[in-house]
Amino acid sequence: MKAAVITFPGSNCDRDLSMAFAAAGADVVKVWHKETALPEGIDIIGVPGGFSYGDYLRCGAIASRSPIGQAVADFAGKGGYVIGICNGFQVLTEMRLLPGALMRNAGLKFVSKPLALRVATTDSAYTSGYEAGQEIVIPVAHHDGNYQIDPEGLARIEGEDRVAFRYVENPNGSVDDIAGVLSENRRVLGMMPHPERAIEAAQGGADGAALFRALSGMLATA
Amino acid sequence: MKARVHVMLKDGVLDPQGEAVRHALGHMGFGGVEGVRQGKVIELDLSATDAASAEAEVKEMCEKLLANTVIEKYTIEIA
Repeated sequence: MKAAVITFPGSNCDRDLSMAFAAAGADVVKVWHKETALPEGIDIIGVPGGFSYGDYLRCGAIASRSPIGQAVADFAGKGGYVIGICNGFQVLTEMRLLPGALMRNAGLKFVSKPLALRVATTDSAYTSGYEAGQEIVIPVAHHDGNYQIDPEGLARIEGEDRVAFRYVENPNGSVDDIAGVLSENRRVLGMMPHPERAIEAAQGGADGAALFRALSGMLATA
Repeated sequence: MKARVHVMLKDGVLDPQGEAVRHALGHMGFGGVEGVRQGKVIELDLSATDAASAEAEVKEMCEKLLANTVIEKYTIEIA
């Protein structure tokens, strides 16, 4: 598996995400935001957490329209795998690669703590390493993680089994406790919690490792 | 030519910040505030001299960047 991790000005989880991919056996290429094209032979792109472009205008808005952002959108449009975590999730919704939007937390506070999630579907390259309904503990750290989507959109993603993770206790007001969403072709995942911060016991828990292992297993032969 | 864009959350989209402002106003003794919606104003200086084409261009800017039309609506004033 060859993974590209994008670094925008203000990204701060790019190194953690690179290490999580590498720990699962991936070759990792860091891609700086001024690049306009992706390296050859990429199997998956990681859009990391942080505060790209200072969260100016809206979280993820400027990054989603940057030249490398366009390359990421084109890659996904051709059926490529893309995972966006935290700010990366915001970027992917701003690109319209994923439906809905992420708004200010309902409690207006920045929430930073490990949280229990329930695996809502195992039908994706990201979640096939978990059991359906399994509870895992993954840290969150965000101010704008309140996932909102109109009722028709919600019915659609639920009908198509595209909710990847739900919060066991909703920390931010997200509709239907949604913590992560898949694209229609199930190859793009956006999630607010940080699986890359839970890949070994020294981080306080390793429940995120199965996500990267499952990806690596799926994409090794792709 | 100047353009002023008002971006607001769509009706029906909950506005946590507006709600916080409403609560604060209530605590301060302003009893009659039944709702608060918070938005933003973006002012643009344009080289265009034709109002119609300027408005069309600003509309495109709104659709592509200035507003997230999943949750936001916008209005444009050209002056």
